[in-house]
Amino acid sequence: MSTDNDAATQVQPSAHRDNAREDALNDAQGISKKDVTAPALGPRGMLRWAWTQLTSMRTALMLLLLLAIAAVPGSIFPQRVQDSFAVQTYIEDNPTLGPVLDFFQMFDVYSSVWFSAIYILLFISLIGCIIPRARKHYQQMTSPPPRTPRRLDRLPEYGALELTSDGPDPEIALTEAGKVLKKRRYRVDVRRHEDGTGSVGAEKGYLREIGNIVFHVSLVGVLIFVAAGAMFSYRGQKVLIEDEAFVNALVAYDNFYPGTWFQEENLEPFSIRLDSFERAFDRQLFDGEPNPNYGQALDFTAEVTIQDGPQSEPEQTELKVNHPLSLGGGAQIYLVGNGYAPVITIRDGEGEVAFSGPVITRPDDPLYTSMAVVKAPDAAPEQLGFVGLFLPTAHDTGDGLAISIDPELGNPELHLNSYAGDLGLDEGVPQNVYVLDTEDLTELNARDADAGGIAIGPGETHELPEGLGSIEFEVVQDYVAIDIHYNPGTTAILIFALTATAGLITSLFLRRRRAWVTVEQNEHGRTLVSYGLLARGEDFRLRDENIALRTEFEKTWPVRPPEENNES
Amino acid sequence: MTVAPLSAHLPQINVELAEYSELFMLISAFIYTFAFILFTVDLVRSSATIRRVEAELAAEQQEERTRRLVGAAAPGHDAASAPPSQPTATDAELVDDDLAYMGASRPFANVAVALTAVAAAAHGFAVIARGVAAARWPLANMYEFLTAAALLVSVVFLLVLLRRDLRFLGIFVLGLVVTMMAGATMGFPTPIGHVQPALQSPWIAIHVTLAVSAMAVFTLTFAMNVLQLVQSRRERVLEGEPKGRFERNLGKAQFMRLVPSAFSLESWAYRLNAVGFVFWTLGPLITGAIWANESWGRYWGWDPKEVWTFVIWVVYAGYLHARATRGWTGNRAAWLSIIGFICIIINYTVVNIWFPGLHSYAGLPE
Repeated sequence: MSTDNDAATQVQPSAHRDNAREDALNDAQGISKKDVTAPALGPRGMLRWAWTQLTSMRTALMLLLLLAIAAVPGSIFPQRVQDSFAVQTYIEDNPTLGPVLDFFQMFDVYSSVWFSAIYILLFISLIGCIIPRARKHYQQMTSPPPRTPRRLDRLPEYGALELTSDGPDPEIALTEAGKVLKKRRYRVDVRRHEDGTGSVGAEKGYLREIGNIVFHVSLVGVLIFVAAGAMFSYRGQKVLIEDEAFVNALVAYDNFYPGTWFQEENLEPFSIRLDSFERAFDRQLFDGEPNPNYGQALDFTAEVTIQDGPQSEPEQTELKVNHPLSLGGGAQIYLVGNGYAPVITIRDGEGEVAFSGPVITRPDDPLYTSMAVVKAPDAAPEQLGFVGLFLPTAHDTGDGLAISIDPELGNPELHLNSYAGDLGLDEGVPQNVYVLDTEDLTELNARDADAGGIAIGPGETHELPEGLGSIEFEVVQDYVAIDIHYNPGTTAILIFALTATAGLITSLFLRRRRAWVTVEQNEHGRTLVSYGLLARGEDFRLRDENIALRTEFEKTWPVRPPEENNES
Repeated sequence: MTVAPLSAHLPQINVELAEYSELFMLISAFIYTFAFILFTVDLVRSSATIRRVEAELAAEQQEERTRRLVGAAAPGHDAASAPPSQPTATDAELVDDDLAYMGASRPFANVAVALTAVAAAAHGFAVIARGVAAARWPLANMYEFLTAAALLVSVVFLLVLLRRDLRFLGIFVLGLVVTMMAGATMGFPTPIGHVQPALQSPWIAIHVTLAVSAMAVFTLTFAMNVLQLVQSRRERVLEGEPKGRFERNLGKAQFMRLVPSAFSLESWAYRLNAVGFVFWTLGPLITGAIWANESWGRYWGWDPKEVWTFVIWVVYAGYLHARATRGWTGNRAAWLSIIGFICIIINYTVVNIWFPGLHSYAGLPE
């Protein structure tokens, strides 16, 4: 090695360390190696050069760092995979920046062209790196350990022992050295010369590189099954009110998101019915006072009846958070939400029932202060709409405003504004059922209107002004929101994730070592054993291996203390 | 006193034990602070320590020279170990690359280590008591996460100290521990309580504990990598002519002589980072995905917390690759490890507080 290199090593203490090990071997073998090759000319040469560049460790490193940076915007901007409504709101709120960000796919980061480009290149680089490595490793495992270097004392770890005159001659010592190395689980190759001397080449820790290859191949496996799983998957959402049943068919879903290769006949015809729903809240008192978490939800249990296909028997069971039900050949059913559904009947100005049924209200806080929207497009002479709150335990704050003070049904009340006019449902434009656009409607009831707001409890009816109708609050029912997911890739992904981890642990903590022992006869006729050790990859305990080997050798042979050498 | 019955089969909170937990948390924070001060005194007095050690070494050498004059046999050296460089009075070896304990006695640092152990015991009681009082794994909000992470940092530090001389890290480790304890008790005080249904899963014990363990390991390597950068600059300064006041002061900084070489710091940080990376793979990444699949119906959904878990994993993966890349070992790899730790801090603070997501369990005041 040149002195320039030495200086560089000192400026950056560990620079070229791993390569320095290889260099040490070459140095010991007496080989000088040039590691810079100029790109060959011509298109094929260029291609080969580009391939070499792509599969180099430096490129892989750059792509890794680029991938980390590219993932960050997905946590800053709302993502369509998570909440397409939030993305829409963001673009409306930022009319200048929003479309620009959208053009650069900042709201679809993880399916964007640029993000995909990075990870696809990374995986190509990975495959291009791992295949030749696997081939090379196979060759190394099936061929004897590397030939013995000429100068063992140039290896990172080195030792020598001079045996006493009554010790074994070189031929026997060579055999025994091989045995010692075998006992330390090296793969051993004894190389004898004609004069009885010779050397032993040994290597162990082949699993380290196998672990490395398994880790990287497993990552490819994870990627393949993530993609394939997503292709065949589907997920959907459904709100189930007490006593309502859901049959797994496309029309029954509130929302449905199929994978690219989803086919309708893949839906297994299972059904699930909500029999009842229980909520449990924290009611503990500390010294007679409500504890700081008083009223916090502790448990949700949905009692359901499931039927796994028309041929199966109906079965009663529980659906809880963290405990999904598995139905229909792999579809999972999750309890993701719940709330109250007050049963409301609306009569129009002509006394006809314009609406009757449970209304799903959306809880806005832990006290179940819930948003309620009711639309009665069948009302005559004018269509009717209602917007307001459902309060499970209503409490009048004194200035006419009511709030919910408890999540359970202590004093349920509906507080609504009412509107008359064209609800806009007849134009065929899809509308959000949870939103009522009141801009073009006539306000009938509101807290600051002449007629005042509507505030009714169960069993109460409120007459609308101008004889336009009435609203009746009958009882309160419970509802649950369930998610139905089907992804055939998850088991394979989990298995590959675990093999990846096993490979990772093996490749990080197992050590690959090479050892050589030479046995000669010195000028005093005594047997001289020298040995050298070389690590491949990180190895912080090579010194310990040296000491362990030396101890084994000293147990095997009578060794002359080194001091005597100085005197003789 | 009438107590309303709790449904959901959850036991009552043990209020008294919870109060003891908070008390011991404060006590340990104060002891940590005292240990931190003693580590600082040790740093300030490092030049005195070095002078004493150098005097001892010089005396030893004098003795040896006398022995040699009398004609005693020169010590032969073991072929198995590299010949130790003979220390001279001016450039005494105060630390070695294996971080073994050397002769230098550092009373202030030793007392600081003892205090850290006492504090860790009180701290351990506080964390366990909190869990027992609430009858659940005590890792459900930012307060509990931060106090547990601080406990693991000091326990890992103490465990390594049993075998290796990491006292040079004391001021940094204790500084971080005190910051974490202050952050937990002042920034995110959270009254004891049960947890929401989504968190009532045995996975919390595995998933979050592995995350905290990884964080503790990465905290230690962060301190080592920062010191590595300083030490490597100092090594460069000592070789050539110092330029500017900063470099002159750095060259004279006595404390840095008690710190191992940049090479050794890098190796040790790498060994710990490898362990941290396995924790991160198993904890936040894999068990996180398993739990997400059980609780939310998908194993991965690019929730902000998931995004940053991925980013951190990729950065440390980059660090591991950098160590095998020509020209990327040494300081560049150290920078990657430091960036990884900064990402962890962002993941814990910015993401928890400002990015809404499914992991909004922080228990932050509204």
